[in-house]
Amino acid sequence: MNDIVIEIKNLFVNFARYSALENLNLSIPGGSFVSVVGPNGAGKTTFLKVILGLLKPNQGSITILGKQTDELSPFDLGYVPQVKTLDRSFPAMPIELVSTGLKAKWPGKMKQKDKKPVMEILEKVGAGNLAKRPLNKLSGGELQRVYLARALIRKPKILVLDEPATGIDWIGENDIHKIIDDYKSEFNATIIMVTHDWEAAYHHADHVLMLNRHILCFDTPDKAFTEQCLRQTFGHVGHRHEMIFVGRHHD
Amino acid sequence: MIEAFMQSFMLRAMLAGILVGFMSSYFGVFIVQRRMSFMGSGLSHAAFGGVALGILLSTEPLWIAIPFTIIASIGITLLKDKTKLGSDTSIGILFAISVALGIIFLSLKRSYTADAFAYLFGSILSVQTSDLIVTMILALLTVLTFFFYWSRWAYSTFDRELASTDRIHVTIDDYVLNILLAITIVVSVKLVGIILVAAFLVIPAASARLIAGTFFSMTIISICLGVISSIIGLITSYIFDLPSGATIILVQALIFFIAIAYSKVSIKESI
Repeated sequence: MNDIVIEIKNLFVNFARYSALENLNLSIPGGSFVSVVGPNGAGKTTFLKVILGLLKPNQGSITILGKQTDELSPFDLGYVPQVKTLDRSFPAMPIELVSTGLKAKWPGKMKQKDKKPVMEILEKVGAGNLAKRPLNKLSGGELQRVYLARALIRKPKILVLDEPATGIDWIGENDIHKIIDDYKSEFNATIIMVTHDWEAAYHHADHVLMLNRHILCFDTPDKAFTEQCLRQTFGHVGHRHEMIFVGRHHD
Repeated sequence: MIEAFMQSFMLRAMLAGILVGFMSSYFGVFIVQRRMSFMGSGLSHAAFGGVALGILLSTEPLWIAIPFTIIASIGITLLKDKTKLGSDTSIGILFAISVALGIIFLSLKRSYTADAFAYLFGSILSVQTSDLIVTMILALLTVLTFFFYWSRWAYSTFDRELASTDRIHVTIDDYVLNILLAITIVVSVKLVGIILVAAFLVIPAASARLIAGTFFSMTIISICLGVISSIIGLITSYIFDLPSGATIILVQALIFFIAIAYSKVSIKESI
């Protein structure tokens, strides 16, 4: 059994009079792959921001790797944001963006010794040929690989992913998930992935966290993707629920 | 002509032009890339309020304009951070308040206020040694920020949230940038005037953006264009007896149109 790497106790986050997260209690063991699912406005991104130290809880506590979030080093966590937040007018190349993962600052003129590890990780995620292309010329799938390389280059103990495969074709999505799964196996890393894709959550994660301001379910995929949990979280079940069950029978 | 440029007032003007060209075009890359071009106009008009207060108090306007503009820049940043207002609205409000105060201060003076008009249009040829010393200190400070702040400002310009996850204090860094920007604008106002100073911030950086492939190269190109246009503009204004500030800006504009043409040609070639 791995030690607990993320410990959340009685956590509340409010925005003015609106309550975004209420009374969260959660212990995530090291080496877990946790998928966070929930409807729009459920507090998934807020939950990630609390883990990343971008938001302070109004009440309760969160410790990551035994530290408060403001005591964490940038290199403790790897973060893959949603690609849609990228400012495409910014003049940059993938090699520069990935190097921020290594240095935690934007590079000036890059030295050869800094380029080497960046190129290695870009090759590993299948984006070596993109290194010097303008960032604004990359497709969603290509950008996602670059962001993933940026997160992985620091070999983080915890990898935080915000909808890593949104807007990517089926093959690209599978590639991204394979890279994440391989990284988890190689480094026994903890993965926290927010996703709207129930199938990805079901097939890749070992724990599913169903969130709708409260934690409504935190269990293995088989126990989490039940009609009761889905109804509590989403208010309805929908067609995709059946697809997951079909997949489960085939498995 | 070389003899003309060896005269002390021309040497001071040339040095001041180079320093202001360097500082404005350096800070300009952040202004352009953060889509805050209106900030330059806003702060230069805030400087007008400070200059007017300095004239009313019969003291050196620069010394009043610097804190006045810094307060305005902090006010803009605070309004943006602490309210639901966008930066353009915050700038617009502080801009209007500062100009209104400036008009009131000048009306209270009740004597001839030629100095105020000198600040509206600038007078680079009347730069004094004391102005030059202030400009040099500020230029030195700007060089230091290149080593300590450039990569942090660049990172948060690219993506504030991503920079924050790497424990960069983006809000504090914004205040540092805006305060230095405010001081640069006040110093530049004396040389190129309130009306034209915003162009110094925006045009070289915008030209560099059209040419550069990375933010680092954009910064270097912008600085080079800012300095070169100041030199060419000053020489041209001397030869044709034209207002120096306006001539420098027209040189910058010419470079900007060349940059547009260059970027269009490079796009065609890459297709």
